[in-house]
Amino acid sequence: MWISDSSAAVDTLKEAAGSQDTGWIMHHVLYARELDLTPFGIIHLPQFHLFGMDLSITKHVVFMWIAVLLLVLAFIAARKSYQKSLIPRGITNLLEVLIVFVRDEIAKPTIGHGFEKFLPYLLTCFFFILTCNFLGLIPWGSTATSNISVTATLATISFFVIQIGGIMKNGFFGYFKGLIPHGIPFWLLPIMFVVELLGLFTKPFALAIRLFANMTAGHIVIMALLGLIFILRTYFVVPVSISFALFIFLLEILVALIQAYIFTMLSSLFIGMAYHQEH
Amino acid sequence: MLLADLFVVALAGGGESGGPLDVNPGVILWTVVTFIFLLLILKKIAWKPILKSLNERESFIKESLEKAEVAKKDAEKLIADNKQSMLKAEEEAKKIIDQGREYAVKLKSQILDESKLQAKKMIEDAAGEIERKNAEAYNKLKEQVADIAIQSAEKILRENLDKEKQIKLVKKYLDDLSKN
Repeated sequence: MWISDSSAAVDTLKEAAGSQDTGWIMHHVLYARELDLTPFGIIHLPQFHLFGMDLSITKHVVFMWIAVLLLVLAFIAARKSYQKSLIPRGITNLLEVLIVFVRDEIAKPTIGHGFEKFLPYLLTCFFFILTCNFLGLIPWGSTATSNISVTATLATISFFVIQIGGIMKNGFFGYFKGLIPHGIPFWLLPIMFVVELLGLFTKPFALAIRLFANMTAGHIVIMALLGLIFILRTYFVVPVSISFALFIFLLEILVALIQAYIFTMLSSLFIGMAYHQEH
Repeated sequence: MLLADLFVVALAGGGESGGPLDVNPGVILWTVVTFIFLLLILKKIAWKPILKSLNERESFIKESLEKAEVAKKDAEKLIADNKQSMLKAEEEAKKIIDQGREYAVKLKSQILDESKLQAKKMIEDAAGEIERKNAEAYNKLKEQVADIAIQSAEKILRENLDKEKQIKLVKKYLDDLSKN
């Protein structure tokens, strides 16, 4: 019974997918030109084009701005609290834990000497990604980091920080010379150079894909689990769907934290590798 | 299986806004702008002052701990010194008491000995005196007894010389006696 039902479900789903019925899932994950606040209505975002580019404000851009706003407000509060006394209170405690975590657990061990220069970038990166990840978990929210354009841009910024950090420390030629490991036969040099050069680009590419895939997958799984209710058209699947979706949701909270950590951690690691090439 | 289907559909462009791997230049631009803006503003309002405060506090805590450590060491040294001096004082006091006790015992035995000696001497003296007095008294008695015997003998002898004289003598004697 169950098997026939579920195979039927797959068929239904295939059919539904074919007839654009999965649109609602993708709609949730993909670019949207409006803020869907159902049942309160839909806010249409301004669209404009400049120099032949589509510079419309999308849902993800709005949520990035919300993240910026939240972060700025939170840190203004934290700064005020520090001006009053050195003892943290309230939200400052939370922010301080994260700041100290990024400083002592991410930047200091991976970059080592001279990590202070990269701390503002790493902290901003961590808090921005974390906030964006969490904004996707609140009702009517949307995960800006589940957009490949956003994650690719963040990874590109990370790429530039890595290269500029390495070049500033080791000099332009010194940096590229340092990319090639010592003690390899000289006829391997051209190949190694190409490989290492490619490595420079694969690192941020992996960063972008990892963040994007992790933040997208959870949402799609939740949507799919809830979608089962409508596809199977039975109430019996409701407890299963809801409990699984809840589990995935809790997992997503974890993933939101872990991905912010991993992105920052790996960026920091790559910066450290570019900065101290002798290691 | 379901998800795979979904994803294939999604990648094939199931939605009206394109697939999830489509890159939107507008979003890229906005991300760059947003991130750079956030980086600059947070660097100014948050990272610099907060990191400074954190460092300040850390160095303050470190200093306080070091100070506390030093103070603790000082206090420990002081306590050890106190203990030592107390032990020393105790030892000294004990020594003094012992000395006093020893002295007292010595004094006691000395006094006892002395007094015993004195008493013995006094007893001896007293015994000697008594003996002497006894001898004296005995000698006196002896002399007296001799005297009396001689006198009596004399008187008896005189009486035997003559009657008249004897009577006279008795009379005189009696007179003497009555006179006395």
